[in-house]
Amino acid sequence: MNSASSGVLQEEPVVDLDLALKHGLSQEEYREILELLGRVPTYTELGIYSVMWSEHCSYKNSIAVLKTLPRSGGRLMVEAGEENAGLVDIGDGLAVAFKIESHNHPSAVEPYQGAATGVGGIMRDIFTMGARPIAALNSLRFGSLEDSRTKYLFKGVVKGIGDYGNSFGVPTVAGEVYFDKSYNENPLVNAMAVGVVKHGEWASAIAKGVDNPVLIVGSATGRDGIHGATFASEEISEESEARRPSVQVGDPFTEKLLLEATLEAIRSGHVVGIQDMGAAGITCSTSEMSARGKVGMDINLDLVPARESGMSAYELLLSESQERMLVVVEKGYENEVTAIFEKWDLHAQIIGKVTNTERVKVRYCEKLVADVPAESLVLGGGAPVYVREAEEPGYLKRTRFFDESLVPIPSDLGSVLLRLMSSPNIASKHFVYEQYDQSVRTNNVVSSQADAAVILLKKSIKGLALKTDCNSRYVYLNPYIGGAIAVAEAARNVACVGGTPLAITNCLNFGNPHKPEIYWQFKEAVRGIGDACKALGTPVTGGNVSFYNENPEGAVFPTPVIGMLGLVEDVTRCPSASFQDVGDLIVLLGKTGGHIGGSEYLAAIHKEVAGDAPQLFLDFERNVQQLVIKLIQAGLVKSAHDCSDGGLAVAIAECCIANIGNVRGASITLPESDIRIDSQLFGEDQSRVILSLDPKSVHHALEMARDASIPASVIGRVGGESLRMEGVLDLAVEKIAEVHRGCIENKLQHFT
Amino acid sequence: MRGKVKFGVVVFPGSNCDHDAFYATNTILGQEAVFLWHKDTDLQDVDAIILPGGFSYGDYLRCGAIARFSPIMKEVVDFARAGGIVIGICNGFQVLLEAGLLPGVLLRNASLRFVCRTINLRVENNKTPFTSRCQKGEKLRIPVAHGEGNYFTDAATLASLEKNNQILFRYCSEKGEITEQANPNGSLSNIAGIMNEEGTVMGLMPHPERVVDPLLRNTDGRKILDSIVDYCMSKAGHELSLTELDRR
Repeated sequence: MNSASSGVLQEEPVVDLDLALKHGLSQEEYREILELLGRVPTYTELGIYSVMWSEHCSYKNSIAVLKTLPRSGGRLMVEAGEENAGLVDIGDGLAVAFKIESHNHPSAVEPYQGAATGVGGIMRDIFTMGARPIAALNSLRFGSLEDSRTKYLFKGVVKGIGDYGNSFGVPTVAGEVYFDKSYNENPLVNAMAVGVVKHGEWASAIAKGVDNPVLIVGSATGRDGIHGATFASEEISEESEARRPSVQVGDPFTEKLLLEATLEAIRSGHVVGIQDMGAAGITCSTSEMSARGKVGMDINLDLVPARESGMSAYELLLSESQERMLVVVEKGYENEVTAIFEKWDLHAQIIGKVTNTERVKVRYCEKLVADVPAESLVLGGGAPVYVREAEEPGYLKRTRFFDESLVPIPSDLGSVLLRLMSSPNIASKHFVYEQYDQSVRTNNVVSSQADAAVILLKKSIKGLALKTDCNSRYVYLNPYIGGAIAVAEAARNVACVGGTPLAITNCLNFGNPHKPEIYWQFKEAVRGIGDACKALGTPVTGGNVSFYNENPEGAVFPTPVIGMLGLVEDVTRCPSASFQDVGDLIVLLGKTGGHIGGSEYLAAIHKEVAGDAPQLFLDFERNVQQLVIKLIQAGLVKSAHDCSDGGLAVAIAECCIANIGNVRGASITLPESDIRIDSQLFGEDQSRVILSLDPKSVHHALEMARDASIPASVIGRVGGESLRMEGVLDLAVEKIAEVHRGCIENKLQHFT
Repeated sequence: MRGKVKFGVVVFPGSNCDHDAFYATNTILGQEAVFLWHKDTDLQDVDAIILPGGFSYGDYLRCGAIARFSPIMKEVVDFARAGGIVIGICNGFQVLLEAGLLPGVLLRNASLRFVCRTINLRVENNKTPFTSRCQKGEKLRIPVAHGEGNYFTDAATLASLEKNNQILFRYCSEKGEITEQANPNGSLSNIAGIMNEEGTVMGLMPHPERVVDPLLRNTDGRKILDSIVDYCMSKAGHELSLTELDRR
């Protein structure tokens, strides 16, 4: 083990505008820094500003828009952005900390480590708050699975997520995986973590108390990940490969030790404030904690445990080595806290103290290498805020004028259904989720057979319902509606397990915000999310923005991923998505309008991304969800599944095969309708749910639907060996299950 | 006699099923449970020891290879040699093999991928302290979650395992057949769990402690844990009656 004191001050480059531009700062930003400091910054200071004012840390291009979201109220215990993660009251003296974050750019270059450290980073955000992580989710987007680079990225990302989460010992309980060529070369890897903490026991990320010691705990600091945050703030290009050293390397074993030691330290009552070191490492944690507490910090880099010798101040400050935390400890209790970390074989080293200067002052080799006002660095303080030019994208003129009457009606609708069931977006993702430990911690109630995960809160019969969602094709075709649907569908999934939606976290993945059409997509999607959150009563607890998701061909589909938290009162009532008993009746809630614009059917079968996103009426959506929750709570529902990608026919087929060890047939009678048959089967009208019920319960359920003014009709019966729709299709369920299950592995085995 | 069986759950750095084993034995089964810290040497008078799943010492080097050298393991080995009940689940099974308490090795899964799913297990021998509550040939549904669970040994050892009825569980199909398709990791002869010749040390890859809570909709794992409780109870009762007889 080296201590940084073996380092030496190196000759530093001369700081000027040119160097600032090379650091990704603009001319105006550099001028602003000169003004703030009243002098030319040192090389180290330039590094600090460049990383703290990067998009990734400062949210400079998004914060003005994000502030329009509903970010307080309901059961929120802290306002979005105040702490490392959102905190939601769930009653019984418990609170849930949860957050979703992207690791797109590192995963594009080094999929295994990029994805693994994404999981590690989001877990730390949760346990820094004193909450024990109890579940992980992820939302993944890749390019076309026909592409060999995509296969490499896909396999690497999934293995990275699995290896990190499995070793860390938190179940990965839900997620989504989509493929579209817009994500070629620039996959989206969004990881979400959920933890539980007792009221009064959560820790804060605010530095307080002049002279309190500041400790760095966990792993030693190395040269990995320097300028990771800056890398995340530029487009993927052919030069990105050179950014490989900006990708951090994860060690889940150390993270597990850090988890146990951190929770023990927080329980000791001697931790004043604590923040994990993610982007921009020591720089970000010292400045953010100081700024929140309106204090300063004196830091001595000579004391930082270093992984290698000869590191410069610049490198030590900007390193993004994983599995580290900054801890402010109550003065006089340093030894107690240090002993806890040592018990778990981890470093805990005092590197400085809290001051009243409101400045972060950094010394190295007996020289002052940085002296900057903490407030000037951070979001909400001196970091720049931009409102960019927005302009409706030209492609919408083309996609909107879509005439569905020109789409030919396929003659064999059974084979169309099979093709949809085996399209990578709809096909079984068992190749993915079987690589994740889903049952460690013994809290996963319905494991991957229901619309949302249900996590038991032990010593009670309550549970958390969790889901991530986003149909980015809708967002591309209509960012406002698409953003709203992402929220609505996540909430609908939570309702389908009987959970009441409480709050969301979001991960907003977009292209380059300097392009007016991208910024327009961003603004519109956020507006849609905000309206849906207001209507459904689910405030935004926080999240993450990832811009610059582009490859040389252009931007990815705008992808605002929603992570939804719901509360289930009685987990014994949670239905799965699979049909249960022969003779049960199948009921469709909601209205079928036959909207095929933006559908999987149109994309997969007719190779068209066109039309408008489906309509969404938020009041109706809320009423449907509330009815589903009531029906489940009344014990009337044996299975529940929302109609989404692939429409009614795919949803019913999924209900037939959701329990792979016990598939069920069904006979369906489609209601009389003058809508063309393919639109009826595969249209993706929103606010629809398929239930199955014991015949004895149906009358009661239909009455409840009528009272709620929700259209509900019996459309079929469970039983037989096939899925039958008179005069339309008749497919053996074993065949449906086979093509659904085999698709992804077959594509991976076929090398291109 | 205490009236309750006292389970000791060993905690290595990197263990992550330690809380689950504790919760299963203590909260669900209503027995006593204590954690045994890897740096300690006191077994706290436990009746049975569980080496839980996880990634002890990060599983760097080789699964279980470092854990066997921790101070508590010397005591565990002595406890086992003296006839104490020891079960190793998943990573714990790997540790038992590394410590030489059970024969064979666990290789990487044949798929080269981590696998987590609920599989079917066939009970091959129910005349043991670990399976007395099961029927021979009974099918249990229990999850596996591992990257290195591919059991392997030489032909002679396999023959002696078979001959001594040391194979406790095999992966099987829905219908209870031993098929290649039912084997999640490529294990030799579909072996999922074995015991030592004396019938006091068991290692298995599936996680019985994960399926004991009725709220999670599967309690098949209870049959294994309840069998162990029965055995420890009757053993304690037996010893008690012997000492009582002595006293008289």
